[in-house]
Amino acid sequence: MSMTLNINGTSYAVDVEPETPLLWVIRDTIGLTGTKFGCGMAQCGACTVHIDGQAVKSCSFKVASAVGRQITTIEGLSPDSSHPVQLAWIEVDVPQCGYCQSGQIMAAAALLARSKNPTDREIDDAMAGNLCRCGTYARIREATRRAAQLASAERGLR
Amino acid sequence: MKHNGISRRTFIVTAASAAGGMMLGFCRPAGAAKLNPRPWLSPAGEKGVDINVWLSIERNGVVTVQTVSEEMGQGILTTQAMMLAEELSVDWADIRVVHADVKRQVKAGVYTAWAGKDEPRKWSPAWRIMRTGGSTAVLVTRELYQQAGASARERLKEAAAQAWGVSRADVKAELGVLSFGERKGTYGEFAEHAAEIQLSEEPAIKRPDQFTLMGTSIARIDTPAKVNGSAAYGIDTRLPGMVYAAVQVSPVPGGRLRSYDFNAIKDRPGVIQAVELVPDPSKVVPDNPYKWSPHSALKSGIAVVADSWYRAKTALEHMPKEWDDGPNAGADTESMFAERRALLYKPGTAHDSNVGDARTILAASNRVVTADFERPYEAHACMEPMNCTIGLGEDGRVDVYAGSQRPSDALLVTADQMGVDPSKVFVHPAFLGGGFGRRAKSDEIRQAAEIARQVGRSVKLVWTREEDIGQCPMRSMAVARLSAALGPDGFPKAIVTRSVAETVYAKGLAGALAGQYGIPHQHHEYHTFESHIPTTFLRGVGNSLFDFMSEQFVDEMALAGGHDPLDFRLKLLAGKPRMRAVLQTLKEKSGFRTNLPTGQGMGIAISQNHNTPCAQCATVKISRGGELRVERIDMVFDSGNVINPSICVQQLQGCAVYEMSHALHGGIDIRNGRVENNNFDRYRMLRIDEMPEINVHFALSGGETWGSVSEEANGQVAPAIANAIFFATGKRVRSTPILKHDLSWV
Repeated sequence: MSMTLNINGTSYAVDVEPETPLLWVIRDTIGLTGTKFGCGMAQCGACTVHIDGQAVKSCSFKVASAVGRQITTIEGLSPDSSHPVQLAWIEVDVPQCGYCQSGQIMAAAALLARSKNPTDREIDDAMAGNLCRCGTYARIREATRRAAQLASAERGLR
Repeated sequence: MKHNGISRRTFIVTAASAAGGMMLGFCRPAGAAKLNPRPWLSPAGEKGVDINVWLSIERNGVVTVQTVSEEMGQGILTTQAMMLAEELSVDWADIRVVHADVKRQVKAGVYTAWAGKDEPRKWSPAWRIMRTGGSTAVLVTRELYQQAGASARERLKEAAAQAWGVSRADVKAELGVLSFGERKGTYGEFAEHAAEIQLSEEPAIKRPDQFTLMGTSIARIDTPAKVNGSAAYGIDTRLPGMVYAAVQVSPVPGGRLRSYDFNAIKDRPGVIQAVELVPDPSKVVPDNPYKWSPHSALKSGIAVVADSWYRAKTALEHMPKEWDDGPNAGADTESMFAERRALLYKPGTAHDSNVGDARTILAASNRVVTADFERPYEAHACMEPMNCTIGLGEDGRVDVYAGSQRPSDALLVTADQMGVDPSKVFVHPAFLGGGFGRRAKSDEIRQAAEIARQVGRSVKLVWTREEDIGQCPMRSMAVARLSAALGPDGFPKAIVTRSVAETVYAKGLAGALAGQYGIPHQHHEYHTFESHIPTTFLRGVGNSLFDFMSEQFVDEMALAGGHDPLDFRLKLLAGKPRMRAVLQTLKEKSGFRTNLPTGQGMGIAISQNHNTPCAQCATVKISRGGELRVERIDMVFDSGNVINPSICVQQLQGCAVYEMSHALHGGIDIRNGRVENNNFDRYRMLRIDEMPEINVHFALSGGETWGSVSEEANGQVAPAIANAIFFATGKRVRSTPILKHDLSWV
């Protein structure tokens, strides 16, 4: 089935079964490999992308449901790693193996978009759907708090 | 001076012969990326050009370090570059890192030297360290990288000295600049000449007290690529014209595919072919000359190849298949534990370290402490599911793309399975989305090679998570009985243990106890047990499995003898100054105490692995209803020196989190011979909302002492938590997962 997807501000015409998970269209059909496959059942969050600004686990989201909506992947979060979450992740040196980090960053960015100054509890709740086997959780917490500060400073400048 | 058995004089000779003749080269194009996010596209890999084993210097002064260890999260790209840059003295901004080319090993003749079975193994240092695992990268490669950097520095100085007609001793090399008085030149200007120079004697390397770069928390070199999606893992490989494969092997390990009906799915969209995987015992022998893992053996199963992975996977699911489950179809977790428990009543193999007359003393004692412990299988569950891409090129060329802890094995296993000469195989290392010992087996690589062989096209194989956990060679299941006879002073006179575990773990309990505590009479027996579930190393290995038993038992002995668990350990560790120092520091930092109100508890544990003693204190809170919250972990470690403190903290916290998943939630459940909980919904991992505050305290003894940090804090966390649970509730938790126990209290 032919459909058009808007990903990171670009339109892509794809021809896939409508029930195909969005993840595989992003990775294999379109070739944006920053979004990762981890479990295929919305348990690990490695595949987290934004759909209309909301964090969504793309491995369990049918591609047909994404038509007409704004999809953002890690590659589209910023053109130059300048999103406050990315800056904070670099400053705090969060990643170890790094495989889950695209999903972690997308989840944190969605949190900060809806909650400018999240509490520790809100951070834990928002990030609990994203597994990290290397155990970067302490730095994810720290970097998420730091990203909130950076975003706040950025708003102040504007 | 010796480095890993190689003298400084022979270091260069060995390195040179493995590298094709020079330590410095500069065939590298200018303007290479800081970190190539797609390391397999490095010029060395693509063109098959061996520049050298260690480094190259470009005319513009850019220094490219070839890392021979694989980056699986442990920060080795950064730390190996730091080792070299420390000696070379170069602006950190001019450092570039690429994965070393695996291919050079074959070119250097190492492969042919091993081909004859009677030939003694000829280790080149470069070959040996192309395997990443066992926490060896710092211990094995630090001196080599320092030596390479020091050698390059002295050759650059010699080149400048000759050009300027002065003595090398008078030339300074600092941050990429060579100077003598007013005369100055860059490393880049002199690199070509330096590559021709042979030193009569290699320079000494720096001692830790001379380091200026090592020991600092430089930001990881791979972080920028890991925050924008550009870091490429094996699973991200995309080759022109490639097809995709999904695979299922016998759900019961050791079973076989009886039949399948490709006709039922062949008309599904995109489906190309079904590929049956038939084991060939001749392909894998335990003592093969290349020492690749017997785990790489092909398992009986079936793959479906399609034009997209999702189509391949769904077609595979829809394809009718029948399995012969074999003799283990009835096995389950409980029956497998029962088999092991029965062995606790039978004599096992006596451990080498046994001393004194422990059994007689125990039999005569009227003050005996005894306890049985059990732990189930655990899977590595790397976040990146197992995968491998095989590219088929012209003239029989085969390209292997995978994140592997053993890229050199990947090369040879591929050549073996495809029946091609190793010289035709090119391995392209990628970032590993987790390793933990899992990516050292090459089983996924052999499988991909076989599929590519049958399909005759470039193919990307990706395992489902269910396959990844279900077909994982596990950490051993284990049971053990520990007994001790206490003397009138409440300290153990004798300890007797009997344990049952799979091969690589079998001696683990005996090894930990015998090596650690000064108990005068010790008798340890072990049964080496094998089931149909394959097992292998998992991060932390023996300590991660057995510390839960031994360190809880130490608490049980202490309390039975009327002693404080921490002071009790200090006394038993009388001959272990580094362990005692770590424990003393833990006492201060954690404020360990045993008199907290009911529902709260602190527990400690200590062990030493890879020359790094580490002690931990867990602070827990448990509701009356039994809900456990691990609030804090304090850990103190002594690896002698550290290369990058920030990366150390990452690693040590990571160890604790990794093992907390197993200790609290884990446990692979076998039902009807197969892994029942094969995805994260039922094989649960620690999540951020359960993450305790983890404080890492450095207690470094310095000097020339070096230990590892990447699996040295796995073992202590589970017993520390269990000991804390005891103080909080009075309940002993002698098996994992801990959260399956009723922890309620009144």
